[in-house]
Amino acid sequence: MTDMTPVLKVEGISKSFGALKASDNVSLDLRPGEIHALIGPNGAGKSTLIKQISGSLKPDSGRIEVLGRDVTDLDTVARARLGLGRTFQISSLAMEFTVLQNVVLGALGARGRAFSFLRNVMKDKALLEPAQRALERVGLQDEAQRRTADLSHGQRRQLEVAVALTLQPKLFLMDEPMAGLGASGSKALTGFLDELRHEAPILLVEHDMDAVFALADRISVLVYGAVIATGTADEIRANAEVRRAYLGEEDAA
Amino acid sequence: MLTRETTLNIALAAALLAVPLLALAMDEIFIITLATKVAILALAGVGLNIALGIGGLVSLGHAAFFGIGGYAMGILAAHAQNYEPILEAPFLIEGTNQMPIIWLVAIVASALAALVIGALSLRTSGVYFIMITLAFGQMLYYFAISWSAYGGEDGQSIWVRNEFPGLNTLDPIQFFLIAYVILCVVLVFSARLARSPFGLALAAARQSEERVMTVGLTPFHLRLVAFVISGAITGLAGALYADLNRFVSPTMLSWHTSGEIMVFVIIGGVGRLFGPVVGAAVFILLEHILGGFSEYWQIFLGLLLLLMVLFARGGLIGAIAGREVAHD
Repeated sequence: MTDMTPVLKVEGISKSFGALKASDNVSLDLRPGEIHALIGPNGAGKSTLIKQISGSLKPDSGRIEVLGRDVTDLDTVARARLGLGRTFQISSLAMEFTVLQNVVLGALGARGRAFSFLRNVMKDKALLEPAQRALERVGLQDEAQRRTADLSHGQRRQLEVAVALTLQPKLFLMDEPMAGLGASGSKALTGFLDELRHEAPILLVEHDMDAVFALADRISVLVYGAVIATGTADEIRANAEVRRAYLGEEDAA
Repeated sequence: MLTRETTLNIALAAALLAVPLLALAMDEIFIITLATKVAILALAGVGLNIALGIGGLVSLGHAAFFGIGGYAMGILAAHAQNYEPILEAPFLIEGTNQMPIIWLVAIVASALAALVIGALSLRTSGVYFIMITLAFGQMLYYFAISWSAYGGEDGQSIWVRNEFPGLNTLDPIQFFLIAYVILCVVLVFSARLARSPFGLALAAARQSEERVMTVGLTPFHLRLVAFVISGAITGLAGALYADLNRFVSPTMLSWHTSGEIMVFVIIGGVGRLFGPVVGAAVFILLEHILGGFSEYWQIFLGLLLLLMVLFARGGLIGAIAGREVAHD
């Protein structure tokens, strides 16, 4: 067995906005090679949790470790450099850029030296090759020269994943990568993520329950800011509290 | 294959060179001076366009750098013409009438000012950034007014234009060519910068700060470097402008000047390489054609600006060459 120390460890983080407890003593971890899905009804605090893990929001208390290193006080840039690859629920791509420029930006970020003023960045093979490879992996190679703003929502999600790939991260943090994808796109991405977990584990926030139950090694259920259960798909399906708090709600609806 | 915009840019560069050469042949010296003014003001706009066009930094304080460049010329040349050293102790600093040295001092001084102003202002964004850059510009403006050693409110005059090795700078066409060559060199630099890794990251930071941070780059660093480069270019333009007029005054530092430089960029096309060239040319043309009819000619400038903002987001360049095509 290889080293099973968690790639990501969240220990008892809490975050309140006034009287609202958006994160209530949340602990979870992400182990090498796994997909750990985070589910929960709307307003459960998933986005707030993701923001705290990615570094754009500071928890009131608790700590976050990436690869055994305390990153609680590091900002988004420093966490990205440590190997945290994030994709966004609401696309944050550079909309005026071509698709290729967006992935080249990722490759440039991975190289870490942006202060080069005279060389043509779009002729730099060391950046273009990983960028094109990333596009091929998500199936966007034919869209490389299109303007990002002209892509469909689903394609933007794929591009988000492609940019994250160019960073060669140690872990992925994916916020609803399936949203906006049609049935076939969703199936293709499910297959892709299934393979990707062996490169780097994935913390996956996803509303598509078919995808979650098909992919996830473990599932954590977040309700009112607190993790009420963590376990395998079968354990979560059988958990009475989860059924009452979450799945039951949907059955009733 | 040249894009439409590149063809247009080459034509514009050729026109800016052809007009004063024709004027020379027809002995219309005044037109050469106007063309020189266009080239220098365009240069100031090219500087602002790096911050504003690529970086999306709406600086209403670029007069600070323009004026610092102007005062670098004024101070060095005033001391040279009076044979008074600027500083005697602890070490001797003398004035100079050599343009290359003046330019270097103007670039370094305005870059340092941009570093300080940028480091403080770039912690804010949006309206606050506009206001804080405006405030810094006005601080320098009032400082210059009260700085009696260099003329205070009246400004500082220079008797003879500064020298450039091997050229007669008092000959209008030769001074024009100096300004023109500098403009062309800076335009080439600006074009390459826009396509460089730095340009890509800076343009990305304009579109999505979160995106840039997520790939591990710090928007503040990118913007600060852009602001320094931008300020240095506008400072160089200021030194040339003061040399053209043989005069520097606090007006160069006033927020009107900042506004005018921004107007060049907006009329010509924000983020378009030759936008400031077109903008400065239109500005000078309107000033001299309409200015002959009415001293309120800026009403028409205002109208043009309004039309540009409402109907042609890419300015005049955008109206002619179409939407910017992503570079390859």
